[in-house]
Amino acid sequence: MSLVVSNLSVDHGAIRAVSGVSFTVESGKIAAIIGSNGAGKTTLLRTLSGLKSATHGSAQWNDHDLFSVKPEFNVRHGIAHVGEGKSVIAELSVEENLHLGAIWRKNKKEMKSTQLDVIELFPILGERIKQRADTLSGGERQMLAIGRALMSRPQLLLLDEPSLGLAPLVIEQIFQTIKSLRDQMSLTVVLVEQNALGALEIADTGIALNLGKVVVAGSAQSLLNDPAVRAAYLGY
Amino acid sequence: MYKFISSLLIGLSLGAIYSLMSISLVLVWRSTRVVNFAQAGQAIVSTYIAYEVVNRTGSFWLAFIVAILAGALLGAIVDRYFMRPLFKRVTTGPIVAIAPVVATLGLLGILRAIVGFIWGVELKPIAAPVSLDGYSLGSEVLPFAPYNALVILIVAIVLIVLSLLFQKTNLGLSLRASAFSPEIARLSGVRVNEIRTLGWAIAGAAGAIAGILATPTSYLSPNSLDILLVFGFAAAVIGGLESMVGAVVGGLVLGLGVTFVSNYVSTSLIFPTAFVFLIVILLVRPSGIVAGKRSRRA
Amino acid sequence: MRKRLLLFIALGWVLLFIGDRVDELRVYQGASIAVYTIAIGSIILLTGYSGQISLGHGALMAFGGYVAALCVANASLPLWFAFVMAALLTGIFGGVLGFAAARLSGPYLAGTTLALAVGLPSLANQFSILGGEQGIYLDPGLPPARLGEDFSQYKWFFWITTLAALITMFWLSNILRSKYGRTWRALRGNEVAAQLCGVHTGRQKVLAFALSSGLAGLAGALLVLTISTVSPSAFPLSLSFALVTGAVVSGIYDLKGVMLGAVILVIIPEIADSVASRFGDSLKIISTLPGLLVSALLILAVLFTPNGPGEKLHHLRHKRKAHSG
Ligand SMILES: Nc1ncnc2c1ncn2[C@@H]1O[C@H](COP(=O)(O)OP(=O)(O)OP(=O)(O)O)[C@@H](O)[C@H]1O
Ligand SMILES: [Mg+2]
Repeated sequence: MSLVVSNLSVDHGAIRAVSGVSFTVESGKIAAIIGSNGAGKTTLLRTLSGLKSATHGSAQWNDHDLFSVKPEFNVRHGIAHVGEGKSVIAELSVEENLHLGAIWRKNKKEMKSTQLDVIELFPILGERIKQRADTLSGGERQMLAIGRALMSRPQLLLLDEPSLGLAPLVIEQIFQTIKSLRDQMSLTVVLVEQNALGALEIADTGIALNLGKVVVAGSAQSLLNDPAVRAAYLGY
Repeated sequence: MYKFISSLLIGLSLGAIYSLMSISLVLVWRSTRVVNFAQAGQAIVSTYIAYEVVNRTGSFWLAFIVAILAGALLGAIVDRYFMRPLFKRVTTGPIVAIAPVVATLGLLGILRAIVGFIWGVELKPIAAPVSLDGYSLGSEVLPFAPYNALVILIVAIVLIVLSLLFQKTNLGLSLRASAFSPEIARLSGVRVNEIRTLGWAIAGAAGAIAGILATPTSYLSPNSLDILLVFGFAAAVIGGLESMVGAVVGGLVLGLGVTFVSNYVSTSLIFPTAFVFLIVILLVRPSGIVAGKRSRRA
Repeated sequence: MRKRLLLFIALGWVLLFIGDRVDELRVYQGASIAVYTIAIGSIILLTGYSGQISLGHGALMAFGGYVAALCVANASLPLWFAFVMAALLTGIFGGVLGFAAARLSGPYLAGTTLALAVGLPSLANQFSILGGEQGIYLDPGLPPARLGEDFSQYKWFFWITTLAALITMFWLSNILRSKYGRTWRALRGNEVAAQLCGVHTGRQKVLAFALSSGLAGLAGALLVLTISTVSPSAFPLSLSFALVTGAVVSGIYDLKGVMLGAVILVIIPEIADSVASRFGDSLKIISTLPGLLVSALLILAVLFTPNGPGEKLHHLRHKRKAHSG
């Protein structure tokens, strides 16, 4: 049980955004992918979920080849992707956003119980359930985005910069939630972050990308201790 | 007073038809970012098919059902086998911005020519299922007829069905999600392409109903629905082009406005009224009277 | 500029020379080609160089046609003055419309101008000064006597329209190369960027729309000259569609192909007629075939040479070079 990415390259026209990237994430672990602006993190995640096509290389989740189907079918294989920048649908209510996450299941009862679980995780969403998503605060929106992804009862969660633009306290809360998802539901998480310190603190493994290439990979602890990583990404 | 009430009712029944056309344009615009000028062509095809069914079986209602199905099917075909290949092919150069407009325009021309080939260009009538003679109140005969009442009733039913579909069902949620944010819908497991085609089908059905309802009070010819397209577009713009509620409000406002002007000022001013409405709305409330959030420069 | 002027003068001589050597029908078609050239040029100015599309240029032509006919019939003004008035007033009318249109993009302008095309011609029936369905007769006058006894009316039309088309094209090719042309192209490319560079995008769009409308008005007046009457039926919706087709076939941002589009628009009815006559002049075919051909051509052009034949040729040439080299 693991996510295996091997020798993955992705192009945006003439630009090679991801180049020869390989890594493995064991089931039930959090992998933090860190790197500065334009390192190729978003591109990597979008390729894993199928939104962008790979130039070459492969990605397997257990027995499933991620590149063999469209993104709408990858969800059905237990893979959920939360896009960069609070990916919720502003025009829909909180409840509708949550329902959307489970829409392919078609099982109303299961949907209801999952919704209760998600609201237990993010109680604020319960209070805002009938409001339109564009009335939420930034932090609430990010919770809704994660909640929407969880509604599909995924095994593998791809998160793109959940801390983007949030206050430190809210970031901490979101990171703790991600950690508890791993600990309690043994969810596998690929966490893309520019907030390297926060991400590495909850992660099991870490991968640093630069200009589309892996520069350092190893246990999260080893990255935290690596002087080069500290200088480049942690700022101390 | 009679004149006022009767104008009100006539305006509603006219506005109801505009609303349907407007909805069909809005549905496609929201999901595909295309104003489907071919909608008038699709509706003319389904209405001619209805004409044929009425002629052979004498049943307006059978024709009505057939028209809806034909309209839906045609809408789906246009999206699947016309728009999608077009978007795949035309991806570069300055033409990209105008290609959808130009292509739907071309399709409109082709559909009109096809019905012209098959049914000729003479005017054809479709008999109304109920009387077109106005109700009489004492010695007064109102222009408002049972058929107008029927139109209002049918459109009301259609609108209720559509709003239930969009607000209460998973399909409706998929349709809205795909329109507002295809990417998030896709990541949630919605089969966005299929849903979009379905949206075109629903739009086609709405346009088909507008076409068949508009015909008994006038006549059928290959371009008899062009005006309806224009009024539907004006209604959609009045409503903000993004919102289905806006489309209905826009249709009713336009229907009432046009009817009151033609009853109280001059019948020859119907078209100028609609056009002036359109221009004024564009100048003073570019986002429509039902305020939408999105900018229209998109 | 000098060189281009000479080129246009030379082209004019060639056309006159040809005009002297073909029969009356061809001369008449030549006049129509000149009219369509101006009309298509006006769309290219608008769409290719400011990124807006109009589906209502047929209606603007009608506007110009009525202005010209009213000038001649009611005010007995000379012909050339009527043409100037047609261009001017249609330009002003277009400017007013463009003021609404400038605030919007793509589908809004397309729909609004479509409304104009559907509605404006039918307005003619509602104001008695416009002569209803019969329209207004425009007396084109006789060709000047010094051109000789056997100088036909059609040749006279041909001269006038060709001269107008040459002047228009020369003016267009200059303005598109000028500061304005560059600004419009920038607008088409990226409105936001143009705005950031300090271009007053709204004003530029109104200007482009007004100029384009003025040209359409001139084309309308010339069209009325060649058919001697202006009536609603001369400006159906299909005319607007045909113009868009002509522009797309010509390559919507390239003035060079503009004659090609005009020639095609003139040939299509002829093809339709000859096909119809094979099928026993069936009314159905005569009345629907031109529309079908125009629409089919439009769709094929969008699908296969979306950015005009110029680009296609360019590509082919490149391919061949790549092969041989
Ligand atoms: N749609 C696109 N078209 C062209 N180039 C793109 C596109 N998306 C990304 N790129 C380029 O690919 C490279 C990687 O971008 P990517 O968005 O994956 O970086 P990132 O690591 O997510 O950055 P950030 O931390 O700023 O989100 C960048 O050079 C970017 O300019
Ligand atoms: Mg990113």
